[in-house]
Amino acid sequence: MNQAEQRVPDAAGWLEVGRIEDIPALGARVVRTPGGDIAVFRNAEDEVFALRDRCPHKGGPLSQGIVHGRRVACPLHDWKIHLDSGLAVAPDEGCAARFPVKVDAGVIYLSLTPDEGCPDR
Amino acid sequence: MKEKLVLIGNGMAGVRALEELLKLAPEQYEITVFGGEPYGNYNRIMLSPVLAGEKTLDQIMLNDEQWYVDNGITLHKGKWVDNIDRARRVVHAGDVCAPYDRLILATGSNPFVIPVPGHDLKGVISFRDIADVDAMLQAASRPGRRAVVIGGGLLGLEAANGLAKQGMDVTVVHLMDSLMERQLDKPAAELLRASLEAKGLKFLLEAQTEAILGEARVEGVRFKDGQEVPADLVVMAVGIRANYQLAERIGLHCERGVVVNDTMQTFDPRIYAVGECVQHRGQTYGLVAPLFEQAKVCANHLAHIGIARYEGSITSTKLKVTGIDLFSAGDFIGDEQTESLVLQDPGRGLYKKVVLKDNRIQGAVMYGDTIDGTWYFELMRDGTDVSDFRDSLLFGQAHLGDSGHGDDNRVAAMADSAEICGCNGVCKGEIVTAITQKNLFTLEDVRAHTKASSSCGSCTGLVEALLAHTVGGDYSQSPAKKPLCPCTEFTHDEIRAGIRDHDLKSMAAVRDFFEWKAPDGCSKCRPALNYYLLCQWPGEYQDDSQSRFINERAHANIQKDATYSVIPRMWGGGTTPQELRAIADVAEKYSVRMVHVTGGQRLALYGLTKEQLPQIWGDLTQAGLVSGHAYGKALRTVKTCVGREWCRFGTQDSTALGIELEKMTWGSWTPHKFKMAASGCPRNCAEATIKDFGVVCVDSGYELHVGGNGGVKVRATDLLCHVDTAQQVLDYCAAFMQLYREEAHYLERTAPWIERVGLSYVKAKIVDDSASREALTQRFHHAQQFAQDDPWAARAKGAEAHEFTPIKQVG
Repeated sequence: MNQAEQRVPDAAGWLEVGRIEDIPALGARVVRTPGGDIAVFRNAEDEVFALRDRCPHKGGPLSQGIVHGRRVACPLHDWKIHLDSGLAVAPDEGCAARFPVKVDAGVIYLSLTPDEGCPDR
Repeated sequence: MKEKLVLIGNGMAGVRALEELLKLAPEQYEITVFGGEPYGNYNRIMLSPVLAGEKTLDQIMLNDEQWYVDNGITLHKGKWVDNIDRARRVVHAGDVCAPYDRLILATGSNPFVIPVPGHDLKGVISFRDIADVDAMLQAASRPGRRAVVIGGGLLGLEAANGLAKQGMDVTVVHLMDSLMERQLDKPAAELLRASLEAKGLKFLLEAQTEAILGEARVEGVRFKDGQEVPADLVVMAVGIRANYQLAERIGLHCERGVVVNDTMQTFDPRIYAVGECVQHRGQTYGLVAPLFEQAKVCANHLAHIGIARYEGSITSTKLKVTGIDLFSAGDFIGDEQTESLVLQDPGRGLYKKVVLKDNRIQGAVMYGDTIDGTWYFELMRDGTDVSDFRDSLLFGQAHLGDSGHGDDNRVAAMADSAEICGCNGVCKGEIVTAITQKNLFTLEDVRAHTKASSSCGSCTGLVEALLAHTVGGDYSQSPAKKPLCPCTEFTHDEIRAGIRDHDLKSMAAVRDFFEWKAPDGCSKCRPALNYYLLCQWPGEYQDDSQSRFINERAHANIQKDATYSVIPRMWGGGTTPQELRAIADVAEKYSVRMVHVTGGQRLALYGLTKEQLPQIWGDLTQAGLVSGHAYGKALRTVKTCVGREWCRFGTQDSTALGIELEKMTWGSWTPHKFKMAASGCPRNCAEATIKDFGVVCVDSGYELHVGGNGGVKVRATDLLCHVDTAQQVLDYCAAFMQLYREEAHYLERTAPWIERVGLSYVKAKIVDDSASREALTQRFHHAQQFAQDDPWAARAKGAEAHEFTPIKQVG
């Protein structure tokens, strides 16, 4: 872990969570927060996405799914979720709350306030 | 600027091609559609149920006008195309001109009208489009009307049935002595005629129409033999002809249809043609399944994905008359070189005939119970050798009765509340509603929308039957070639052969070689490719954990609440006080929420968090316990009884044999899970005859059984052979497992694999050919050198730590 580990977000709401290589390509890691787990994904293009770690279907941990393109397949019943929007791939309906995330000089920053549009359950 | 695409013909085939194209390349073309009828795109096949009053016009619309708007498509409905200027590439339809870069002709077919005197009288119509149905419904709305339908084929009978249901007095006139002679043999046609007569239809067979009588309107029909039948409505349903007049006029090569190549291009490569207007390799098609296959190939080519080829279709027939089940496909008459298997049960109104040549199905015709039609059709299309199950072929495929349905496999008779998919709790009514309201055509569609048959798959047959029954038989048939996943057009077998023959040693190399559509594949193909590479290149290929399902990545089973279960190996089902003590200690130390005895003679610990796993494995490893691979597509357990050492009936030492088998095979990855058992005598307490590989000890040696399954679909094993020594058991087991590893499709258990390739094939490779067996055994042992490495021990020591810890803990 980084020295002087940041435990709360900075004034702009960003929390440093680790380096991009801490997440395997086409994989995910979990950020554990008092409000529940947030899954942080990295795809083959080194894009990073963050979603509430709960599938809209039956609450499966999306962080444990197989990542492909900009999608993740839920490990419980194989629903596909769009990583960039949190929406279930049609014809399934539902969404996982999306959290702002950015990468700066290889460091991943996450906001713990979900984007609007999808209720964070 | 976008290229311009013009579609002529707003019917099922043409619009299907557009739908496929929009899926592949939504932005590539600016699309214009010309349609002669004043509607959006509707399901022409469902005109019969509309006529019969079972469906409304709204229910059979496939794409309403909003769909064209939503997809940016310009629709010119009710416009007939007069000419196409191929030099300037412009379509002319009255006052409308549309330039094109590419053009699709989908002009369909025209009903054939017999040119007898009076054929143009008022009240003489064909059965082709909505206007015809309207005319028939109008005629029927006046009471006491008499109708004559000329043509006792598929279309004629559907029209006749519809008119009768509308209250008309209907006589069907047919030139031949037997109905639907192109689709049915005599016995089946007789049963059909009896059923239709019971519904009130009258028949005149071997009747040649000489004239249609009447002054201004039709009044009757006269036949060659002088007989006359009064009629207020005459429906001509004697057949269809491809409509290729426009194509011919603009100089495209036509024979019985517009001639196209395997990419659906006409002799002008900018012009494609699909559907009933097409002649491909000498064949024309009037059923929807081939048209949809053509549409898909055409769309692929338009999207510049040139890998798809249309290679022709084998078709089957079903009649869409409620309460009548008939099916036929291929050559069901036969000749002196064929044999016919026939089942006749007049009491139940059943008739089945399967025509074989060299033990391969040439054709089938069925009446009364058609649930196995799809199965026969698949066997015929794949050219499967049926000798291994020829004795039970006529009784159908046992699959369909699974999941508690028993013999009640007549989907038509099922109540709407009957549960079809037991995994996802989907009832018949929900499936039928989804099919009709969302216009679903394929099994994949139904799975996506309803989840029925998307889990264990045991109800696939029922869902297919329901689909066939709801939308007519042509839809549900899966394409001849089943691609591995939506990322590719290639099959499991083609891809495995490519990996082997072209030295493809990484997933990227495979995807590159086969021109994968998605750069990093999908959750379906990645685990499959990972397995195929691992199996083909043991010791060379580096396993890709991100392409494994979570259970195999975490070496534990994920549960519904995202906790995990841990199951250590108990060799041959035996254990010791020390092992039990270690398991008990771990269960207490980590507050395990449940300790459960598994079906495979082991103990399972439930309710563990992912972070706890490496520590627990550390404790278990200390006591000498190793991973049981209960989470893997891998060797699971070898179940045993206590055998000769204890049991008064035991003939051999089944326990020691089971332990040896497990020591030899543990750690091996397989296409799907692989279970074994060894029983000490034919009482078979270890239930060896429902395992993938089972040994039943007998006094003279060992019986080896393969391909059993006690799960989704109960299947007793097939007897592979009898061997004399325990060493032979081990050798045959290794060979069998290796053959399965090398040749089964990923996620295919041994039972369906053996049903697919045939027991004779497996015997030939393992029993009859000792060189083949030895080579397989050797390859198995070679692979095992790299596989027998306890994953728990390594992870307990810190391997793959990122898998088991959060990246960050806040608060």
